[in-house]
Amino acid sequence: MASVMEFDRLSYTHPGAAGPVIQDLSLAIEAGSFVAVVGGSGVGKSTLLRVAAGLIEPGGGSMRFTLPQRPGRRRRAVVFQDGRLLPWRTVSDNVAYGLETLDIDAAQKRERVTEALSLTGLAEFGDRWPHQLSGGQAQRVGIARALAVKPDILLMDEPFSAVDALTRRKLQAELIRLWQASQSAVMFVTHDIDEAVFLADRVVVLGGQPASVVENLAIDLPRPRDRTNPAFADAVAHLSARLGVE
Amino acid sequence: MTRVVYGVAGVVLFVLLWKAAGVFAWVRPGTLPDPFLLPDAFLQEWQSDRLLPAVGSSLIHYFWGLGLGTLFGILVGMAAATVHRFDMLQAYLARILRPIPPLAWVVFAIAWFKVSHAGAAFVIAIGVFWVNYFATYSAVRNIDPRFYELARSFGQGGYWRRARSITLPAIAPGTLAGVRTGIGQAWMTLIAAELLGVPGMGQEMNAAAGVGAYEAVVVYMLAISLVYALCDLVYGLIERRVLAWRP
Repeated sequence: MASVMEFDRLSYTHPGAAGPVIQDLSLAIEAGSFVAVVGGSGVGKSTLLRVAAGLIEPGGGSMRFTLPQRPGRRRRAVVFQDGRLLPWRTVSDNVAYGLETLDIDAAQKRERVTEALSLTGLAEFGDRWPHQLSGGQAQRVGIARALAVKPDILLMDEPFSAVDALTRRKLQAELIRLWQASQSAVMFVTHDIDEAVFLADRVVVLGGQPASVVENLAIDLPRPRDRTNPAFADAVAHLSARLGVE
Repeated sequence: MTRVVYGVAGVVLFVLLWKAAGVFAWVRPGTLPDPFLLPDAFLQEWQSDRLLPAVGSSLIHYFWGLGLGTLFGILVGMAAATVHRFDMLQAYLARILRPIPPLAWVVFAIAWFKVSHAGAAFVIAIGVFWVNYFATYSAVRNIDPRFYELARSFGQGGYWRRARSITLPAIAPGTLAGVRTGIGQAWMTLIAAELLGVPGMGQEMNAAAGVGAYEAVVVYMLAISLVYALCDLVYGLIERRVLAWRP
């Protein structure tokens, strides 16, 4: 299958840092696939995601989109760790944020907002202010905002790390449902190996200093995934060993 | 309810003390107005057609000075905080001009505009300008940079799109608080400017004081207080509406 995003011998050095945090990292993300990126703290997972998001420029090598840009869609959309809703906009208007610069008419925009809200179970919440939402709901709005632009790739930076364990499980299952209903690929950064195995088609382990891809493991378990499946535990154990945690 | 009772009691107590100060001659006789004569003084000012024109004249200075000072304060503050070169260009200039009290400009206000509405508005505008300039400047500087990241991620990263979708709404609480401070500051400057000769409540006060009509002075003081309270109330309502998104 064709890839949607390719990193080719990517390097990045933080401004003022002595050496690069990422060097010679190559990775292709297949269209429509779910890729989890794991690694220890500070290894450069978030840096990779920020390059993918276009928030920072690669120092060396390249990041490119391989599919042509399609009208009425964005190539990428980001779901941030902190939800990052605009507090002065209602839930609906937050979801509409990425649509405002797309070349689609107002009726389509409204339709997309309604659709994204109902997909994420927020149909009743359109008129709420962000401060009236729980952490899990806010994160759902963040996902709805990203899905509304129908991105080729959805970039998620530890999006569930700030919610409680139960909510987290629910959001994981929901994300799979949303992803399957969309045509987007997902690049999901997490430090949680269990989460990565539960969600992804492919788990990419970043390691080393400077970091590059040290493991690229396909997870061929049937969905919805069963955490009690021995193969699930095997995959978690294998990745844990690769990361040096037991 | 208890609050109202206590509040009224406080005012009554104050008026009684005031009256007592006159009756028992705690201050030099003839320098303290009698609070019980204030209604008469009010009627007299009203009937002699001095109060309302004075209020009207003051309000003209007030709204022009306040409006122009606020507008330019916000614009310049925003430009300085978002355009780096302009920020550098204005930094020393602002530091030199800022400490000059608005009333020091009265000399030039009279030289340029003579004793006119424009002169008073000019002096007021200067004070209001600085209040709004600093409020807006620091509000822009305090915007969480993560919102700008969000703007870039969702195709709203250009200067004008970013300004409209992030900067303006994000600074609204700080800027509107500045505007409110300006509303108060404009009143202070206004009366002081009028004491220096421009027609309005300040001038009427000065005239009344000149002939020892201290009750009339107090009538104007209370009128100032009332008009200010009304302005602040109306503004507070508008502000609450605009910032309805806040918890």
